[in-house]
Amino acid sequence: MSAVIDHGHAGHDHHHGPAKGLMRWVLTTNHKDIGSMYLWFSFAMFLLGGSMAMVIRAELFQPGLQIVQPEFFNQMTTMHGLIMVFGAVMPAFVGLANWMIPLMIGAPDMALPRMNNFSFWLLPAAFGLLVSTLFMEGGGPNFGWTFYAPLSTTYAPESVTFFIFAVHLMGISSIMGAINVVATILNLRAPGMTLMKMPLFVWTWLITAFLLIAVMPVLAGCVTMMLMDIHFGTSFFSAAGGGDPVLFQHVFWFFGHPEVYIMILPAFGAVSSIIPAFARKPLFGYTSMVYATASIAFLSFIVWAHHMFTVGIPLTGELFFMYATMLIAVPTGVKVFNWASTMWRGSMTFEAPMLFSVAFVILFTIGGFSGLMLAIAPADFQYHDTYFVVAHFHYVLVPGAIFGIFASAYYWLPKWTGYMYDETLAKLHFWMSFIGMNLAFFPMHFVGLAGMPRRIPDYNMMFANFNMVSSIGAFMFGVTQLLFLFIVIKCIRGGKPAGAKPWDGAEGLEWTVPSPAPYHTFSTPPDVK
Amino acid sequence: MSSHEHYYVPAQSKWPIIATLGLLISVYGVGTWFNDLSANREGSNGPLIFFIGGLFLAYMLFGWFGNVIKESRSGLYSAQMDRSFRWGMSWFIFSEVMFFAAFFGVLFYVRTWAGPWLGGEGDKGISNMLWEGFEYTWPLLNTPDPKLYPAPSGVIGAWGLPLINTILLVSSSFTLTFAHHALRKNQRKPLTLWLALTVLLGAAFLVLQIEEYIHAYTELGLTLGSGIYGATFFMLTGFHGAHVTMGAIILTVMLIRVMRGHFTGEQHFGFEAAAWYWHFVDVVWIGLFVFVYVL
Repeated sequence: MSAVIDHGHAGHDHHHGPAKGLMRWVLTTNHKDIGSMYLWFSFAMFLLGGSMAMVIRAELFQPGLQIVQPEFFNQMTTMHGLIMVFGAVMPAFVGLANWMIPLMIGAPDMALPRMNNFSFWLLPAAFGLLVSTLFMEGGGPNFGWTFYAPLSTTYAPESVTFFIFAVHLMGISSIMGAINVVATILNLRAPGMTLMKMPLFVWTWLITAFLLIAVMPVLAGCVTMMLMDIHFGTSFFSAAGGGDPVLFQHVFWFFGHPEVYIMILPAFGAVSSIIPAFARKPLFGYTSMVYATASIAFLSFIVWAHHMFTVGIPLTGELFFMYATMLIAVPTGVKVFNWASTMWRGSMTFEAPMLFSVAFVILFTIGGFSGLMLAIAPADFQYHDTYFVVAHFHYVLVPGAIFGIFASAYYWLPKWTGYMYDETLAKLHFWMSFIGMNLAFFPMHFVGLAGMPRRIPDYNMMFANFNMVSSIGAFMFGVTQLLFLFIVIKCIRGGKPAGAKPWDGAEGLEWTVPSPAPYHTFSTPPDVK
Repeated sequence: MSSHEHYYVPAQSKWPIIATLGLLISVYGVGTWFNDLSANREGSNGPLIFFIGGLFLAYMLFGWFGNVIKESRSGLYSAQMDRSFRWGMSWFIFSEVMFFAAFFGVLFYVRTWAGPWLGGEGDKGISNMLWEGFEYTWPLLNTPDPKLYPAPSGVIGAWGLPLINTILLVSSSFTLTFAHHALRKNQRKPLTLWLALTVLLGAAFLVLQIEEYIHAYTELGLTLGSGIYGATFFMLTGFHGAHVTMGAIILTVMLIRVMRGHFTGEQHFGFEAAAWYWHFVDVVWIGLFVFVYVL
């Protein structure tokens, strides 16, 4: 390259440590600082969204209305979904991406460090605004996290305006974050780190970032049309003016379906690093994993109307979206097969990251199978809007996305803190989560198949026992996460010092730097053989 | 590869947090304003809050971009940094493409499915029973419920102002390319002239667009509230117009920088990014002209 590089200037910036005090975090451009902030923010939102889930499960502990009014219940289900999707799961993966992608590809930082800081700080602003709607006149958003029109337009509380702008802020944050990830991966890889040598976490994030850039603007368009319908008399989602409420669902799910893969693909990538490390075998079928991820991403754009089978779309549409949806089982099956084959005859040990990863593979597969059931258009007429759907997506999100995040956190905590976490407590965290989560969500399949509708604070007596079990499981899962907080704090404060590579089967550049990772790493890129 | 050796990682920066505060204050102000408008509440302090947020944002834009320009001119950016900017700008434009795609999708959906169904066509034509006798035409000169959404008496024809606007915008893409060629050859004078002409063409486009809106609102009764035709028309042309405005401002900044002697024939990504954006806005207009005005 013939670039003129001013060595005097460019050199000295790399060698300072972190600044002191609060302003370190406010003004930082360091990918590790920003990654940590994302992870802590995400955890805070996880607890907030989780406490809303606790309110929901407390109300559903018994039939009848005991604790909250239906209006408030609606706000709880809505905010629980929004906070978990946009506040807990997505930022957690962006945090992992910030921390790990530069370390994995041998980059000095993210490609656009100031924009990185901007992406993060928009999130507390967005969620501050979103949560504040709960205290506004008329209450917060109460139309479900999918905010279907006209519930979210004609019949919405006034606070919906702020909800719309909060979504805009989240969208700006996600798009900038995703652009940063793409630019980093495509431009900042160390010499010799070819695309097909990248760890799968980097690959899945590259594809996730593409999905984010493609669909977050569509969500922005969707909420903008809501805003116009509410305040400026347009009729996008009103048939009285020639528009169509169903149109809302098309636009929303064109965003929404890729969105669910945005929440799971990075987890696929993380467990694809963790399972080989603890099976002490290279990942089976690396190339097919890359292609499977890309196929899933492509398919995610052409399956959105499977969320709308009962809304009255034409028969051709039902058939197309049914078959296209089932097609996703093929690349997903490839992945599950590859993970299983990686473990096959491996010298496996079951530390916390591996426990969460194995549970991920098994339980995510259950969620995938119920997804296949839901994909069958004629059968979906029975399942639609029942607890079966709730069971399905909690099986892909909790043991899928969330367990993927826990597995990643335990796997990389030694790299982040320089200490080993408490393995006994972590195993306890795993088993409590595992049991609690299954208790909470497995019975939902049964009540759903029997016809219990979702998003209703009261239910028929016949569902009482299963709901009580669900609630007990949910409380157990919820309380257990405080244990996770304790484990992480304990690990930050000390413990057995971790070596550069604390897991003997682990592979990758991140394990070539000391633990904890220095403030600046790979200021000069390593050579990758 | 020498370009890998020293990637510029900026030290701490105050601009992102100022940008965040600016955005938060602005949207809170806008939200308050809109809610007060819709509820007919007098004396809203929304506009004031919005204005304060806007001040933050303006300060941030000057400061942040000023910072970047200064860094670039002091030679901190390597060829690798340049590629990061190129990737960043390309993907940003892709996100804009998807934003417009959402509204084009709405237009296609209404014209292909929702509209004909409301008019009673095909299997799904049962929705016609909602407003029996409603006849679907495009442009939609009668709405299902005229009391809620009074229909326009006419729409903007393609071959008047919109055609002139098309010519203006397409020419501006050419003049911008001439400017770019001049910049590459380090011919500063033609560069300045062509760039200034581009900005002028963009401004002329905007003036005519405003003219068209006034005509639509005052003479045709074509408004945001006149049914789905007006909604899609103003949404698409309005967001496009906003982007032309943005592009013209960016090009003006480039013009000022050119006149101050910034950019060399080899290094001028700021200019190129602005040009990419301008061409993108132009392409969107072609889509608009075809699908909103002509067809």
